[in-house]
Amino acid sequence: MSDATPRVSLAKLFSVFALIGVTSFGGGIVAYLRRALVDKEKWLDEDGFMAALEIAQTLPGLNSTNMSVIVGRKLRGPAGALVATLGMILPGAVIVTALGFGYVALRHDPKVAVVLTGVAAAAVGLLVQVTLKIGWKQLIRPQDLIFVVVVFVLVGIFHVSLLVTLIAVAPLAIWVHRPCREKEAA
Amino acid sequence: MSKIVELINVFALLSLLAVGGGTAVLPEMEHVTVERCHWVSDTQFAEIYSLGQLAPGPNMTCVALIGYEVSGVAGLLAVLVAFFFPACLLCYFASKVWDAAEGSPWRDAVQRGMAPIVIGLMLAGCYALGKTASYNPAKDWDVNLLTLGIGAAVAVILSLTRINPALTILAGGAAGFFLLG
Repeated sequence: MSDATPRVSLAKLFSVFALIGVTSFGGGIVAYLRRALVDKEKWLDEDGFMAALEIAQTLPGLNSTNMSVIVGRKLRGPAGALVATLGMILPGAVIVTALGFGYVALRHDPKVAVVLTGVAAAAVGLLVQVTLKIGWKQLIRPQDLIFVVVVFVLVGIFHVSLLVTLIAVAPLAIWVHRPCREKEAA
Repeated sequence: MSKIVELINVFALLSLLAVGGGTAVLPEMEHVTVERCHWVSDTQFAEIYSLGQLAPGPNMTCVALIGYEVSGVAGLLAVLVAFFFPACLLCYFASKVWDAAEGSPWRDAVQRGMAPIVIGLMLAGCYALGKTASYNPAKDWDVNLLTLGIGAAVAVILSLTRINPALTILAGGAAGFFLLG
């Protein structure tokens, strides 16, 4: 992250994140964030962006809201984090609420029901595609595939609580990838 | 009121368990809200998730609609705050610590170790949604053939083109309207 962090007003911070929040249809918010923060506003350089993204992806929570927290904090401290996150969430929340009111009122209409059936079927296709796209490396590497399968079976099939699964599996998975001193020395 | 507290408890915990993004908690969320708490049906859950794909911004804002189903507008607001605030607060403080761990080889180990776990959770999410939205034993075989076909078509189209995913969701709705209506 560059030392000369630009001075950004809270209003500007909110409007930039709200613009992303209202235009980023169809997921892939990271691409929108990159375009706005690095290319357009130049609040972060490429390395700074990748460093922030790395943290956002590793910590729990949504990548998009974590990015808002991290970038907002870098630029304007706690108030910046709050304002950027609200900007990111609010537009989508308002629109999804409007969709939801329509959904609750109309979902028993048989014409709407068949549309929803098609929409939900398509959403599964989208999720499968995203999973394969970001996960193909893990799916072809045996030492990773074991963890993929174990987690899928525990959570997906046997409904073991996610907390228990993470506590049981995560330390082992991290240990497999532990830093190897011998290799570094060699 | 107790319903609101229950909603907050469930979604605040899910918020903190969302390693690797919101979709990782889908299977757990489906199990808790549908099978344990009976807040929404499995079909409703899949439909609410897909509505989230049609709105801009983080697609998991759709979880607010589960709150709305349970307790109206108060439930909606409670779920929004509970699902986003704890993880954001954690991120705020943890990102400071993370900055301090710059260059530690364990950072890389954490990332590479968590990756297959996230993929396993996302696959479980596909299964949790797909077992009603793609193949529903309660429905006729021709309906199931169509929903499986729509999902497969969307996955193939998105793999081969750079079309906006929201458009493929709308196309799925159109396919449902014309072929099932």
